[in-house]
Amino acid sequence: MNWLINDNNKCESIFDIPVLSINDLRQEIIQMKKRVVGFFGKQENDNVHLFVVLADDSEGKLYVSSAIFPPEIKEYESLTQELPSFHMFEREFYEEFNIKPLNHPWLKSVRNHKNKYEFFEMKGDEIHQVAVGPIHAGVIEPGHFRFMCCGEKIYELEIQLGWQSKGVEQLFLTSHSNRLAESVCGDSVVAYNIAYSNLVESLSGCEITNKAQLIRLIALEMERCAIHIGDLGAIAGDIAYLMGASIFGATRTLVINTMLEISGSRFARGLIETGGVNYDIDLALSDKIVSVLDKVSNDVERTVKTMLKSPTVASRLEKTGIVSKETAIEMGFTGMTARASGVNLDTRFDYPDKWYKDIENRSTKADGDVYSRTRLRYKEIKQSIYIIKKFLKELEKYSTEPLRVHCPNKMKPDSFVVSMTEGWRGEVVHIAITDTNGKFSRYKIKDASFNNWYALALAVRNNGISDFPLCNKSFNLSYCGNDL
Amino acid sequence: MKTVIINLIIILIMPFIMLGFIKKTKAFWAGRKGVSLLQPFYDFMRLLKKGIVVSNTTSFIANIAPVIVLSSVIFAGLFVPLAGGLSVINIEYGFIIFAYLLGLSKFFALLCAMDTGSSFEGMGASREACFTSLIEPAFFIITASACGACGIYSFNSFNTFISNINMVSLCVIILAVLAFFIMLVVECSRIPVDDPATHLELTMIHEVMILDNSGFDLAVLTWASGIKMVLISSLILLFIIPSSMPYYISLILYLLLYCLIGIVVGTVESGIARIRMSHILEFVFAMTALALVILALITIRIYGG
Repeated sequence: MNWLINDNNKCESIFDIPVLSINDLRQEIIQMKKRVVGFFGKQENDNVHLFVVLADDSEGKLYVSSAIFPPEIKEYESLTQELPSFHMFEREFYEEFNIKPLNHPWLKSVRNHKNKYEFFEMKGDEIHQVAVGPIHAGVIEPGHFRFMCCGEKIYELEIQLGWQSKGVEQLFLTSHSNRLAESVCGDSVVAYNIAYSNLVESLSGCEITNKAQLIRLIALEMERCAIHIGDLGAIAGDIAYLMGASIFGATRTLVINTMLEISGSRFARGLIETGGVNYDIDLALSDKIVSVLDKVSNDVERTVKTMLKSPTVASRLEKTGIVSKETAIEMGFTGMTARASGVNLDTRFDYPDKWYKDIENRSTKADGDVYSRTRLRYKEIKQSIYIIKKFLKELEKYSTEPLRVHCPNKMKPDSFVVSMTEGWRGEVVHIAITDTNGKFSRYKIKDASFNNWYALALAVRNNGISDFPLCNKSFNLSYCGNDL
Repeated sequence: MKTVIINLIIILIMPFIMLGFIKKTKAFWAGRKGVSLLQPFYDFMRLLKKGIVVSNTTSFIANIAPVIVLSSVIFAGLFVPLAGGLSVINIEYGFIIFAYLLGLSKFFALLCAMDTGSSFEGMGASREACFTSLIEPAFFIITASACGACGIYSFNSFNTFISNINMVSLCVIILAVLAFFIMLVVECSRIPVDDPATHLELTMIHEVMILDNSGFDLAVLTWASGIKMVLISSLILLFIIPSSMPYYISLILYLLLYCLIGIVVGTVESGIARIRMSHILEFVFAMTALALVILALITIRIYGG
């Protein structure tokens, strides 16, 4: 066997992972034709150990394999030329370990921009360059966007990120905690915290109660709901549709204020702890949540319908920023971005736990334009509200269970675990490897944005430059989730 | 003398009140309380007190342009008849001077934007030049047809339609009001052409041109833009308010209708989204289309018997 077949959140011994030569591994990866979720190195004395995690979403299985680079091998034939979805992973691997993927089409740094780099350039009298950022008007994170335009039309967009790279993965090795996990990406607090907690619980063999599981999932869906509503407002604001902007803004507040009532934080910081959760949802609170959600559901439905029916709005959203289904599959886009292009990819339903197993997930027609992404958000808000109500009902059955169980501090030594959680943006992947003492020796985080930033660059091609902010908002990708 | 003083007061003060009404209306539709009606004026006074930051790449143009923009707009205002159909300077063909004084102000605004050397401002300038230059033919078609129809070669010809009302003049009034409303939206950068409230440089038209201006310069430029709105609204009002009314009633009507136009602009802004940049030209051409219909109507009335 050249691959170890694993499940989501399942702990395996590191010695069970096959070690191949890099050429064999490369051939295997090309033959497998599966989606990549992890491709990262680990320094082992002088060697670099490369781990690859592929996902089979239809079976719900993960395939893990590895290869070792002795110090004298400093290059290998790149995978990107065969499988373009590896391009970010190989760039990241090169940046960290200086092992060069040969014939990689675009070996640009991901986060570290100390070396001089020439942006792609078009030449001609009619061509003009527009550089935006890294400091922006408005309170958003830093990112540099370089447009090559002919008049109003964008030919090429190059995105340069990494401005707030702060070594999060390294921090996890020295001092990992729930507080650290939920601070990685401020708009996916719950998703990151769940991914981290599941991973640690799996490594320490800790079974949390049904009640805690449900409360976590309720928070996850609330987060999805809140951010999607906020983004609908932001999309409306970008096209100067003021009614949408103000109503969605107010509605989002209802949702995050409910999170405040549950956990004391509008973004559910401090709610989830290894071993369970810190705050309970009792019957009274549960009723209150249901009544708030009913109002939210009504407001969102009414406003979305009015908005999408308005001809001025439809003319802005339709056929703007298209990402085709073929591109989405080839480039390995994940989460909401992939679903809006018609690729049905959702960790919640592809790798279901016992709660999501019974929930029907209807795929919707999607064309990959801004309109589809807007509509998808609306569908997901409705779905999340349905799921929250269902889970709240389930929760009543387990009211006597404790919120938190004691988790042994010690984690299994020499283990490997992949933890995937579907955040609102897409899959949040945490991968950990422990050493002989049961301490993390490698911690890898992959946000959906890591794959999806390139979708934005592709989407805006041949669109007007004035539509860029709208396209950007329709994806709403994370800077800090990418920069780590 | 009375006309000079009252007209000047309207031209100089009304912009703040109109802007105030637009903001208040938008706040109302958004379900907010909104800022005070005089907030635009407070902002103006605040900006006057502030210092100016000028980019190193600019030449002397950037220093003189804002004042030229303002003075040419105020000067253009002297040719527009306000309450009672009276303008400060009343000469034949004054509307041509009016149009080109606005053109002069636009020219310097564009130069000032290009002068900063920012890639955004050049983009804004090219957009503004493209959209507003297409207003000019429509403006002249309407004005010249109106002048030709009643033999008065000034803006006062607009006033004759409401004085003797019939089917044709009613149609002309409706079409002309619509046409000048489009001119107002385009010239004053309101939704659906431009979004004055956005922070997204890439989507801006007028806002991005004044991105590098600050303090006194910014105050002057915003003021000039407001004055332009009052002047174009006055052209609309010429079609609606007959000059035969007693002066003070006409004056009060003028003041009320300025506020009403502000409310209408605010309501339009609240109800619809911005047009995609590539479709704005079609919107601007709608004014030309309206102008041509007016021309046709007037031609039929004069020559069709």
